[in-house]
Amino acid sequence: MTPPVPPARPHPRGTGRNPATGTSQTGARPPDATTRDESGESEQWQRLNRNTVWASTITAAGFAAGVAVPFVTGFVRGGSPAGPVLLISLGGVVLLTGLAAFADWMRWRHTRYRVTDERVELRYAWVLHTLRSIPRDRVRTVDLVANPLLRMFGLTKVKIGTGQQVTGQQSHLTLDPVVRARAEELRRLLLDRAPAAGSTEEPDTGPALATLDWSWIRYAPVSVTTPILGTAAFGAVMQVSDWIGVQNSVIQWVGDLFANTSIVVLVLALVVIGVLIGLLGSLGLFVEMWWRYRLTRENGTLLVRRGLLTTRSLSLEQRRLRGVDVVEALGTRLVGAARVDVVATGLKVRSDKDNTDPKTLMPAAPVALARRVAADVLQADPLAGVEIRPHPRAARTRRITWALYAAFGIAAVLAVLGLLLTTVLLHLAWIAALVLTPVAIALALDDYRNLGHGLSGDYLVTRYGTGSRHTVALVRGGIIGWTVRRSPFQRRAGLVTIAATTAANTGQYLVRDVGEQEGLRLAEEAVPGLLTPFLEPVGRRATAS
Amino acid sequence: MNEVVRLRPPRNRVERRAVTYWLTNELATVAVPTVILAVLALLIGPARPWLLLSMGIVLVVGLPYAVGVPFWRYRVHRWEVTEDAVYTRSGWLWQEWRIAPMSRIQTVDTARGPLEQLFRLSSVTVTTASAAGPLKIQGLDHELAADLVERLTETTQAHRGDAT
Repeated sequence: MTPPVPPARPHPRGTGRNPATGTSQTGARPPDATTRDESGESEQWQRLNRNTVWASTITAAGFAAGVAVPFVTGFVRGGSPAGPVLLISLGGVVLLTGLAAFADWMRWRHTRYRVTDERVELRYAWVLHTLRSIPRDRVRTVDLVANPLLRMFGLTKVKIGTGQQVTGQQSHLTLDPVVRARAEELRRLLLDRAPAAGSTEEPDTGPALATLDWSWIRYAPVSVTTPILGTAAFGAVMQVSDWIGVQNSVIQWVGDLFANTSIVVLVLALVVIGVLIGLLGSLGLFVEMWWRYRLTRENGTLLVRRGLLTTRSLSLEQRRLRGVDVVEALGTRLVGAARVDVVATGLKVRSDKDNTDPKTLMPAAPVALARRVAADVLQADPLAGVEIRPHPRAARTRRITWALYAAFGIAAVLAVLGLLLTTVLLHLAWIAALVLTPVAIALALDDYRNLGHGLSGDYLVTRYGTGSRHTVALVRGGIIGWTVRRSPFQRRAGLVTIAATTAANTGQYLVRDVGEQEGLRLAEEAVPGLLTPFLEPVGRRATAS
Repeated sequence: MNEVVRLRPPRNRVERRAVTYWLTNELATVAVPTVILAVLALLIGPARPWLLLSMGIVLVVGLPYAVGVPFWRYRVHRWEVTEDAVYTRSGWLWQEWRIAPMSRIQTVDTARGPLEQLFRLSSVTVTTASAAGPLKIQGLDHELAADLVERLTETTQAHRGDAT
């Protein structure tokens, strides 16, 4: 089943190219016009940009140096003679950098790509020959990601994906890297399904659906990144000081600093410092991630451009769109903000290395605005004026029961341990019961309040979540099946959980703990005809809704 | 509109042999730890009471499950293929009804484990584009399963598009 590998010898034009092409706009292209077909595209194998070798060299050197510094400090502080340690480390850095540079040079030298009328292909031909080939009509995403180093050279990575759920070999390929202008050109070429009607470059760049409003930055500190970054900062200090062998002196130093104050002040001070770092961190992260954020629609493709240091330009074909998810995350919900996630087929559930999900279309913004953008994205407004129906009270009872079980469960474990081991745990047990019970019940009530569902035009709307609240609008045509689940407890309470399965995102959206009648009706109405043949009337005895 | 409805059971039961298959399967699952614990109890004198206690627990919990659940499952597991959809019911205490329209089916496969082969049984897996998992019909006669796969493949090929 291995695809035929084209001749492995480098293309004659590839070897004779001007090494300075990295700086020219169309450097990756052969200058010969006869090799192009009428769509303006060359069928010849082309090289990636050579400057990738420099970029990798600098990255490797930076990394090696970063490892070497704590290494040297550690040994020198440990009493080793500075000279030899320095020499060895320097040698290591040079060796590592050289290896990385060589490896990337080999990769660059033996990698070619081409775009033909039918396919996009990337081949690597040295020892291990690989060919990745994607039919052009399967291409669903062309994403451009450029880290600061690549940007220095005017380069960008291009990820070309088919939007398949399966993480198969042939589902995506990455051109790492090409010149920026070439990347933009590739995207236009690959995502523009319309048969090139003249090469008049006239991308239908409508007005932006959303651009960054700097006032949104006020929502950054209330996100979960603040506590995470705050805690991580202390961890990082401890870790680094451990590497360079000064952990004890750091602890000593902090101890001395607060020698004359009480433990309460010390803890408070540490918390304040942590919060401050978290605040700065989350603000910084927001700036890095959403700098020059712009959501546009071009030729039926949604485009998100953003990023300060690493620039990202993510594409999403409108026809892959199955809905939106307006997420009021725990913190932002309290201040009336929500972010907009997209519900679309072929999204990887988690993107590798990127800090945010690729599915986030818009950072936290005032709810009304988030909903407006969601509506603009869908070109319909299912969330406006939809009647979101609450679920039966039995659903609330279930949630309160879970809450009580959870709270008492923890208390009971503590109590049992307390009886066996020490009375301190007994006190902890009643404190836990006292504190956890109201918290758990509050969460349960919130969970119940958020439960709801409705139909709005072409969309099924389901709302759920405790703490964070999700309001999902899923296009009815995107529902590719139903799953109805019922536990013994739900059966007694007359509830079911209905899942609309879809090719988008995680594969299903749940309407949890809905009344059986209402749930079945909802499913029947949402996708007419699908469920109807499998329903049967029941005798009058059951309670009509 | 206001009459009370419920999901009707799918028309077809699975093979009666499936009960025997499930029984064998579950009993084997219980037998393995039981035998191991018994052997250990025989060999290791000092820990014998604890090992026997563990064995007892495994038997008390496992045996009723292994004997009871296959019959229960047989009553619940049902399937049906219409012109337009595949409809299944599975589970025992926790039950699940699943419906996949023909137009959204991507692949249809059969699978037969060694034990299933012994009972001439197959399971049919119907995959859609959803990442939430395929529909599975367990405990079909293997010839019936082969026919079913052929029929489903034919029907789904008639539908165009990428089923998303």
